[in-house]
Amino acid sequence: MAFDKMELRDIEVWDGNFAAAQALRQCQIDVVSAYPITPSTPIVEGYSKFLADNYVEGEFVMVESEHAAMSGCIGASAAGGRVATATSSQGFALMVETLYQASGMRLPIILNVVNRALAAPLNVNGDHADMYLGRDSGWIQFDAYSPQEAYDLNFIAFRVAEDHDVRLPAMVHQDGFMTSHTAQGVYTMDDDTAYSFVGDFKPMNDMLDFEHPVTHGVQTEEDWHYEHKARQHNDLMTKVPAKIEEAFASFEKLTGRKYNQVEQYDMDDADVAVVCMGTSVETAREVATEMREKGIKAGVVGLRVIRPFPFMEIKEALEGIKAIATLDRSSPNGAAGMLFNEIAGALFNSDTKALLSGYVYGLGGRDLTKKHLVDLYTELQGNVDAGKVTTPLQQFIGVRGPKLQFL
Amino acid sequence: MANTGWDEFEIGAMLRTFEGEAGDIAGTLQEDRNYTQNSSFSASVADWRIEKPVFNKDFCIDCQFCWIYCPDISIISRDKKMIGIDMDHCKGCGICVEVCPTNPKSLLMFPEQAEEEVEIANWPAKETKEK
Repeated sequence: MAFDKMELRDIEVWDGNFAAAQALRQCQIDVVSAYPITPSTPIVEGYSKFLADNYVEGEFVMVESEHAAMSGCIGASAAGGRVATATSSQGFALMVETLYQASGMRLPIILNVVNRALAAPLNVNGDHADMYLGRDSGWIQFDAYSPQEAYDLNFIAFRVAEDHDVRLPAMVHQDGFMTSHTAQGVYTMDDDTAYSFVGDFKPMNDMLDFEHPVTHGVQTEEDWHYEHKARQHNDLMTKVPAKIEEAFASFEKLTGRKYNQVEQYDMDDADVAVVCMGTSVETAREVATEMREKGIKAGVVGLRVIRPFPFMEIKEALEGIKAIATLDRSSPNGAAGMLFNEIAGALFNSDTKALLSGYVYGLGGRDLTKKHLVDLYTELQGNVDAGKVTTPLQQFIGVRGPKLQFL
Repeated sequence: MANTGWDEFEIGAMLRTFEGEAGDIAGTLQEDRNYTQNSSFSASVADWRIEKPVFNKDFCIDCQFCWIYCPDISIISRDKKMIGIDMDHCKGCGICVEVCPTNPKSLLMFPEQAEEEVEIANWPAKETKEK
């Protein structure tokens, strides 16, 4: 291989975007087909710089839209390469049609999604609207809360996605600006160690295998479509979680950093818990610790894997909790929030007596402050003391104007 | 293949063209290739057609125009001699008839149910062109 290795310090000061770009370099991506969009642009920009500086042996394909970006990734992946790209928001929305193609064709593409609000009104800041848009697309979805995790989860995503028993694409999410543009200390792996974790790409049914010609993306109608979709769902439900656990375990062995499908913080003896994703998890952890000093036994559940949804693990994590708040950073637009629905579904047939209430917050990058979370935990404790949910089931946090609440 | 279950096929909306390795596929005639059941070569789409081309070899000059222009590789030619039409894959588009340069044409379109022998017996005569 005719590329240069990069000397990294044990701890580098990287933002989430640069951490992801470094991971793509260390995984030696063969093809990045990309179209720039704020706030994800520095990821693919970083890869192309590494490529230009001879730190990667690969191809950077500049295309005319995000739809074309993912289409290029699909072609390159079907041809038999290790492929990744990055996008956000409107770009992600434009990519959606091809996301279903990628997962249906079982191509292990890694998509870094730097979460950003969806227009209108136009907004470049972070919320989870794009992340939520992808949740039925058949991709595996990992959520990073910090630059360190954005770095680590890229390696884990490649390891899981490329496994021949899995062969599904995966997204690595991080919060726009709050993670992507906030520089923090990131523990690094040296190039050889990092590459050894993902290993050489092992092609499967690749189009460049001329001895075994294949047609990818075939058409089926009512005779076959259902079986293909059933197979994909089956693999997500039964095969992927075990492979994710396996990758988490190997990664911990290699780096000492432990990941879980459901990240629990002070949950063992908790009475009240907040379930959330992204950077809010770190804020909630800080507040939970402060609440314990005030006598409220607070815990935090962070979703590390959004799809396949860790149904059993969530159920287990929330066992014995008296009041639960779900925090959705995306407008449900006429329903309860996604987390509210998923958590309610996971708990419904269990023995839980938990009081469940849903909250919408942080749309378009609106801050979720510690004060908001102190109030929220206090409200949950109030529910526990009253033995019932004392508020409407859906409330909006941090929106100006009269109190907004439903259900 | 027709009635296999969701757990009984290769993943990836992907189908193989040949059983085993392709080998010297460019040097192997279609009829000698080991196509899978999933290859479109193994499937007849004759029922897509409402008109069919009939080939009259008496006027053919083996120019190969029809072979070059056919969009579905349905003109069968061996050693640069036109020998017939692959009626399992011809969709009756009529391009072969359009490009045929002979007078009268060596290929003409007829309704799908027309009988080949009858049409060849009643083939049009050479047209005299006005100068």
